[in-house]
Amino acid sequence: MADLYFTEEHEWVSVNGDTAIVGITSYATEQLGDIVFVELPDIGKTVKAGDETAVVESVKSASELFAPLSGEIISANEALEDAPETVNEDPQDRGWFFSIKIADKSELASLMDKEAYDSFVQGL
Amino acid sequence: MSMNAKGRPTKPETSNISPQFGSALLQEEGLLHEVGHCDKTGVDMEKLSGRTSRLGYLERSEATGMVGLSEPEALRHYVRLSGRNYAIDLGLYPLGSCTMKHNPRLNEKLARIPGFADIHPLQPTSTVQGALQLMEELSHWLLEITGMQTVALSPKAGAHGEMCGMLSIREAILAKGELEQRRRVLVPQSAHGTNPATAAACGFEIDEIPANAEGRVDWDVFCSRLGPDVAAIMLTNPNTCGLFEPDIRKIADLIHEHGGYFYCDGANLNAIMGKCRVNDLGVDAMHINLHKTFSTPHGGGGPGAGPTVLSSRLADFAPVPFVKTGKTGKLQLVEQLNDAPDSFGRMCAFHGQMGMFVRALAYMMSHGGDGLRQVSEDAVLNANYLLARIKDHLSPAFSGTCMHEALFDDEFLKGSGVTTLDFAKALIDEGYHPMTMYFPLVVHGALLIEPTETESLQSLDAFADTLCELANAAKSGDQERFTQAPVKAPLRRLDETKAARHPVLRFQENLQNT
Repeated sequence: MADLYFTEEHEWVSVNGDTAIVGITSYATEQLGDIVFVELPDIGKTVKAGDETAVVESVKSASELFAPLSGEIISANEALEDAPETVNEDPQDRGWFFSIKIADKSELASLMDKEAYDSFVQGL
Repeated sequence: MSMNAKGRPTKPETSNISPQFGSALLQEEGLLHEVGHCDKTGVDMEKLSGRTSRLGYLERSEATGMVGLSEPEALRHYVRLSGRNYAIDLGLYPLGSCTMKHNPRLNEKLARIPGFADIHPLQPTSTVQGALQLMEELSHWLLEITGMQTVALSPKAGAHGEMCGMLSIREAILAKGELEQRRRVLVPQSAHGTNPATAAACGFEIDEIPANAEGRVDWDVFCSRLGPDVAAIMLTNPNTCGLFEPDIRKIADLIHEHGGYFYCDGANLNAIMGKCRVNDLGVDAMHINLHKTFSTPHGGGGPGAGPTVLSSRLADFAPVPFVKTGKTGKLQLVEQLNDAPDSFGRMCAFHGQMGMFVRALAYMMSHGGDGLRQVSEDAVLNANYLLARIKDHLSPAFSGTCMHEALFDDEFLKGSGVTTLDFAKALIDEGYHPMTMYFPLVVHGALLIEPTETESLQSLDAFADTLCELANAAKSGDQERFTQAPVKAPLRRLDETKAARHPVLRFQENLQNT
């Protein structure tokens, strides 16, 4: 069973073993509005936590997705390139962006659990 | 059927064209491909005989896919479309940060003087002394207004001027031998969106400085980001929240202390011209949008022009060409890098947008120094009048007064089911061009309104009444009026999402409406 974490940048991180799948939360999609373009990272690229890793463009604005954890990009959801609306329709499942092979699991400590994220969103 | 020798018939054999669009005097208009036809030609000319092509295999053999129209058909197409345009000549145009002010017709009259309008950039300079003198005069006014050392007239628009400033800074850093080390450019969140793009295009890394709760540069964060690797800060003042940066002098001093340069985005000069000189604020480079502050037409009405003023720290690195007085008193254009050894180079083929130079100088000279100061005062007064009239109905993003534009967030729409986009669309039904929306990003659902000094009290009152009435309608639950808007425009709500997700960039014959 995967463990679910969140970031202050409104990303969700689903961790299973040393693999993390990353996407954006439904709160993020509500704020962004209709998503019209997604740019994904190259597979095999090494990222540090906090690096700009993907781009999401909506009718309102363009924003970056930051790598929540350091590691290597092992896959990217290429279906989003032709169907960016999937992110709006199903942000926390079919709308995932990329997955990382986690380099340092101690970085997980800097992420929020669901309860902490929910109260973070409440406070916005 | 009438037809040219071997070309296209003047009347297509099969046609489903209905050249009639609209009813009464309300002209609808189809696409060119719907008005004309690929099998048709508007000009009936004999094919040239005895002509051999020198293009060989490069000669086109297949049809171009261009439609054929007669002159009246083509003319009507564009005139019909022009009737559906919204322009500053039709009404208030409150786009924040764009400074859509009236373009005085005196400017147009002077720009059409043949000695300015009909000259060519490759003419001998001895035959264009008047034009060069006008460029000198314009430079003088721009330097007088800003207090700076020199000005590069050639940049063709605001962002091009930004690039001119940043390339000057890059060259200055290169001359000091620090280009390897100084990689970072600080860009506050309240800066214009083009600023980080310019810095990146010039090869720098962007370091974003967040805005504080008052919409200004967060001072502590700014201080913490300084270091020996900082090349410059790019700051917009007044910023895109319509606020003056009170710490600007302190920011300039600190960046200089750390060996960096200060680029100020001059897009909002309209609010401070004649009130303070940017050289006194410690600025090293700033572009000036002649098409904003100095009333030359833009937004489809004409090209931009972005002369860039440089401080004494950067003056030597200015691009060629520039005007110089020769030994005999004649004006010359310095074109060669041999004659300007420290210049970073050339940004464009010629000297800049001559037609805009004439218009801008006409505007300056017809106002005079005191008049230009009053332009700024009236621009700020108008924005604050509007802010005061509507602030209890909409929700100002920051408390207190503003500069030349007023920023609102979408707090006043909370719970109404109406978004900033819906509100802006409803404004179209009321006969106004919408304001800038969702920018700047530092506030939620931003609405940025810049009325400019050229609106009268009556015009501001009418606009304020409309905004208040719309805000009250939204709050009282008339959601449909907004989510359906615009209903009175020639085309109703367009599917912007679909247009962005599946753009159709050229005419397709049988495009299915899916």
